[in-house]
Amino acid sequence: MLQRALIFSSSNPICSQLSTTAPPDNTVFPKRNGGWIIPFSSYQLPAFRFRNYRRTLLPPLCSASDSAANRPNMASQDEQDPRISNISSAIRVIPDFPKPGIIFQDITTLLLDTKAFRDTIDLFVERYRGKDISVVAGIEARGFIFGPPIALAIGAKFVPMRKPNKLPGEVLSEEYSLEYGKDTMEMHVDAVKAGERALIIDDLVATGGTLSAAIRLLECVGVHVVECACVIELPELKGRERLGGKPLFVLVSST
Amino acid sequence: MVEMFAAENGLKGDARLQAISNAIRVVPHFPKQGIMFQDITTLLLDHKAFKNTVDIFVDRYKDMDISVVAGVEARGFMFGPTIALAIGAKFVPLRKPKKLPGEVIAEAYELEYRSDCLEMHVGAVEAGERAIVIDDLVATGGTLSAAISLLERVGAEVVECACVIGLREVKGQRRLNGKPLYILVEPREIDSC
Repeated sequence: MLQRALIFSSSNPICSQLSTTAPPDNTVFPKRNGGWIIPFSSYQLPAFRFRNYRRTLLPPLCSASDSAANRPNMASQDEQDPRISNISSAIRVIPDFPKPGIIFQDITTLLLDTKAFRDTIDLFVERYRGKDISVVAGIEARGFIFGPPIALAIGAKFVPMRKPNKLPGEVLSEEYSLEYGKDTMEMHVDAVKAGERALIIDDLVATGGTLSAAIRLLECVGVHVVECACVIELPELKGRERLGGKPLFVLVSST
Repeated sequence: MVEMFAAENGLKGDARLQAISNAIRVVPHFPKQGIMFQDITTLLLDHKAFKNTVDIFVDRYKDMDISVVAGVEARGFMFGPTIALAIGAKFVPLRKPKKLPGEVIAEAYELEYRSDCLEMHVGAVEAGERAIVIDDLVATGGTLSAAISLLERVGAEVVECACVIGLREVKGQRRLNGKPLYILVEPREIDSC
C-alpha cells in the first residue's frame, strides 16, 4: 500500500522534554508527535500523552447503517485498552523510506514482540468474533501477516488480495491510484459468494486507495464489507473518508 | 539431507492430510506451459483444512524450543504467523528486495532463468536462536536454501524447513544445506474435483 506522511515539527510540549539526540542505528524506538524517544525498554509513555493525543483525534465518519459504530472506531475509545500502549511502542518508525519525506511505520518489530503481536490479533478477534463474518480479505503482503490468524480464530476463510499476475485462477481486477501512477489489485472470482460478510485487513491505512480497491472488488461480486481493519492509521491522509462510507477500525493512530 | 513426509512420520493414516491435499487446487499451465501450479488459496478457503494445516505444524514444533518462525514472502506469510503465535515464537518475514525498510542482509539465489534475492532485517534474529523456515511449497529448494543462509549468517540454528507441499523427488539433489525438510503433502497432477 502507499505510505505517505508529512514531516512536521512537534507541537506537543511533552515531547520537547524528551531526548533529542540521535539514537544508535540499531535502536528500536517509536516516534510519536515529533522527537525521538529513547529505547522503549527504558521508557514509559506518560499517561497524559494519550489524553492529549485523543483530543486531537476527530470522531470518524461512520456508516449510518452500522448502529454499533456511534463512537470513534479505534480500540482506544474512551479508556485506553492497556494492550494498545505496548502495541504502539513495538512499531518502529523509519524516516525517509521508501523515499525522503516519508516516515515509514514498520510493523516487523511488532511481529518480534510475541505478546504485542498476540495482543494485536486478540483485539481484532474480540471485535469480530461472533459477528457472522465468513471472509477475511487481506491485502498483499502485510495484510497476509495479520489476516490469517484472525480468520482462523473467528472461523472465516482467508482471501488474499494480490498484485497482478500472482493468483493462478480466474480473477477480478481493480485499478487504483498511487501517488504517481496506478496499480492493480486482483482477487480470485470464486473465492467469495454474494451475501457473505467480509472484513478487509491491512497493516496500515494512509490515503485509503488500496482499501477502496479491495472494497470495490468484494462488493462487485455481492459481498457485504462489514468493516476495514488496520493496525495503524495516518489520519492526516484522510483515508477514512475514502472508504465509500464503510467503517474503519484501527488500533493505533499515528500523527 | 533428510526429507520427511508427514504421512511417514507420525501421521500415518491421518485423515487431515488427505483433506488438506484435496483442498489444494491444481491450475495447469500457470505461470507457463507445462507447470501444474499448486494453488493453496483454495486451502485458505476451507477453514477446517487450513486450521488442520497450521495445527499439524504447531504440534510438531511447539515443544522444540523454537523462538523464530521465518516465513518466505508472500505465501509463507499466510502460514507462518499463526504458527509463530501458537508456539510463542517471533515471526520474521523474509522478503524480496527493497521491501524491508530497515537495515537488511541479503542472499541471492537462482531461479530457472534469472537470479533473485531474499532479505531479512538485521537484528530480527539473534545468534543462538532456534528457527524454522516456512513456505507453501518447495521445488528445487533454492529459496529455502537462501532463507537458511540468511538465518545462519546471523548465528541462528535452523532446526527444520516446513512446507505444505513438496515433491518427493526433484531432478538432482534438493539444495537445503543439509537441513531437514518436513512436508505435509505431495503435489497432485490433475485436479480431482
